[in-house]
Amino acid sequence: MQEQVKTVIKVGLSTCGIAAGGNRTFEALKQEIDTHNLDVALQRTGCIGMCYKEPIIEVISPGGESHYYGGVTPEAAVKIVDEHIRGGQLAEEFLLDAEKDNVTGKQVRIALRNCGVIDPESLADYREKGGYKAIEKALTEMTPEQVIDEVLNSGLRGRGGAGFPTGLKWRFTRQYKSDQKYIVCNADEGDPGAFMDRSIIEGDPHSVIEGMMLAGYAIGASEGHVYARAEYPLAIIRLEKAIMAAKEAGLLGENIFGKDFKFSLKIKKGAGAFVCGEETALIASLEGERGMPRLKPPFPAEAGLWKKPTCINNVETLANVPWIVYNGASKYAAYGTEKSKGTKVFALAGKINRGGLIEVPIGIPLRDVIYEVGGGIPGGKRFKGVQMGGPSGGCIPESLLDTTVDYESITRTGAIMGSGGMIVMDETTCMVDMARFFLNFAQNESCGKCIHCRLGTKRMLEILERITEGKAKPEELDLLEELAYNVREGALCGLGNTAPNPVLTTLKYFREEYEAHIYNRKCPAKVCRELLTYTIDPELCNACRRCVKRCSVEAISGEKKQPQVIDQSKCIKCGNCLDACRFDAVLVE
Amino acid sequence: MAGCACKSPEPKTIPYDEIAKIIQKYKGDSSAIIPILQDTQDLLGYIPKESISFMAKQLEVPPAKIYGIVTFYAQFRLNPIGKYNIMVCEGTACHVNGAKQIGNAITDDLGIGGGETTEDGLFTFEKVACVGCCSLSPVVVIEGETYPGLTPDKIRKVLKQYKDKEAQKQN
Repeated sequence: MQEQVKTVIKVGLSTCGIAAGGNRTFEALKQEIDTHNLDVALQRTGCIGMCYKEPIIEVISPGGESHYYGGVTPEAAVKIVDEHIRGGQLAEEFLLDAEKDNVTGKQVRIALRNCGVIDPESLADYREKGGYKAIEKALTEMTPEQVIDEVLNSGLRGRGGAGFPTGLKWRFTRQYKSDQKYIVCNADEGDPGAFMDRSIIEGDPHSVIEGMMLAGYAIGASEGHVYARAEYPLAIIRLEKAIMAAKEAGLLGENIFGKDFKFSLKIKKGAGAFVCGEETALIASLEGERGMPRLKPPFPAEAGLWKKPTCINNVETLANVPWIVYNGASKYAAYGTEKSKGTKVFALAGKINRGGLIEVPIGIPLRDVIYEVGGGIPGGKRFKGVQMGGPSGGCIPESLLDTTVDYESITRTGAIMGSGGMIVMDETTCMVDMARFFLNFAQNESCGKCIHCRLGTKRMLEILERITEGKAKPEELDLLEELAYNVREGALCGLGNTAPNPVLTTLKYFREEYEAHIYNRKCPAKVCRELLTYTIDPELCNACRRCVKRCSVEAISGEKKQPQVIDQSKCIKCGNCLDACRFDAVLVE
Repeated sequence: MAGCACKSPEPKTIPYDEIAKIIQKYKGDSSAIIPILQDTQDLLGYIPKESISFMAKQLEVPPAKIYGIVTFYAQFRLNPIGKYNIMVCEGTACHVNGAKQIGNAITDDLGIGGGETTEDGLFTFEKVACVGCCSLSPVVVIEGETYPGLTPDKIRKVLKQYKDKEAQKQN
């Protein structure tokens, strides 16, 4: 980043920014700047966080004043350049109120400190923001034990979901003597609905590299591996570029900062297996095997990759480390609660007005996250629940919205803090269908090694499917619950242990929905197809017969200029007629 | 998933020399079987069953081991896919925001279900776990292009674009 003498425009170009058309916006801006010969520096940056308004740009005046614009299509970009850059007036139509729209007041960006600020493909940008100063400080002024103490005292807990104290894991790994040790970054982020780690790698890859170097120094490892999911091609490209840049600058390799410390980093792509997010399955995959978990003990700290002491840390955990080492443990511990220190990144999505990437101090009430930061539910609909922890987590209902977001409090609800995916649901979401969705996911991803998970999740899924189809008997609900407890107790790894959680929490908080499906053969949220009845309201029907044309089983008929009728015996409840009707005449019960 | 170079179904012959080059790139190390398979699939669009015994011999492992890896990881395909791979995201946010209706619209329009390819070899409907664009849900990815905020009508229009493109090429 150059000295602020000219106007700077930053364009959010992470995967979601690009998906929303960010590259076209970038090109349009470039063209405007070139055409009018404007003295503007155009930069790419990572995820700015307000994903619901992508594509987003930030315009920073030479004086440092910053304004965010959202929904910046190429056409909007032309207007903004015209009105703001050339005309000196804010382009009100697209202006975002950073306070209101992003509620910056409630957010504390530590892991995301550089995301949306720097160009992720510029080592110079990273260094200008204090990058690589933490590892330099550690190598020149601290012993490995002191680094471990700093991380331990900060209270940082594993951000991948398990919440194990990071400093403690490092200490254990350090204690085992070996000729070779490894530090592994778990960038497998398999939770559907979670994109925290992707955003960090795409927006600030060097923070992960530096975090791994600090971990390597602390535990005594000179080799690091990043296990990154193949479904994140942009993240992998940005990380590869960052590693190359760090190598060229002598920050990776031998004699780093003139000290007797060497460190090298390799990226290994996953191949599409959620279970490989479990540390022993991840190790198996790194070794070229099927990703099936192994019995613990021995824990990876003692015998992990190639049977050597290995420490596996999550992306977000590692991104926090350089900040902690440089600024000191107490600064990090100033945030959070007594047992859960610091901040947490969440990927807020689902039925929410301001979905996107946020980072909040741990201990914030859930209600604040959903309503103040997230802007509440769109369309004035009613909040029903929020899923935390993905397929391993649970649904937290409205009655528990005052729960504070920290490891212990969330676990008490039956859900888990998880890696950060937060999916908000409203009255149009069927909780039984959600339980079925998560269990279907767990069943697909189950490695099959242990009977409880392999067979247990399959039987649970079958019961849930019968419930959503209105074919289940009342006793099956008790069987479902019994199976859930058994699978949780008996499974070999975290996938199986936690797969029943969505079922158990929805049974606890939304039992009446299950009962409606079983006893009344109705889906209150109108989601489960088999339990719906489609009819045409004769008062509203315009007789345009659009629905007749769209019906694939010829179930709709009627005279010309008369209301049409659906033959229930033929109807397959596909919903095509509902889509086709322009007069809201198709009723769903 | 990285884009693959070859999208045509059924190569007439399997380029064993290319596969051998890939194996050499990883120094014949059998623990690198996953990247070897990934590079092979990037080249051919899928993993032909016949190539598995060749790889097994080169790496000195039983073919069953490689087959076990190919069938374990969701990324690997044993069958070629259509020219356009329609990846429908089935992540939680997309599910909550209507991914099922998008899938139904695709089935309705093209006559194929999840995992199937149209008879003319043009389209494959693949259900994928989260692509990480949750704020834009529901999302479909075709040829690296992400289509955000879809409705059944919008996805039908997207499919029509591809069909028109193909029809133009034919003429």
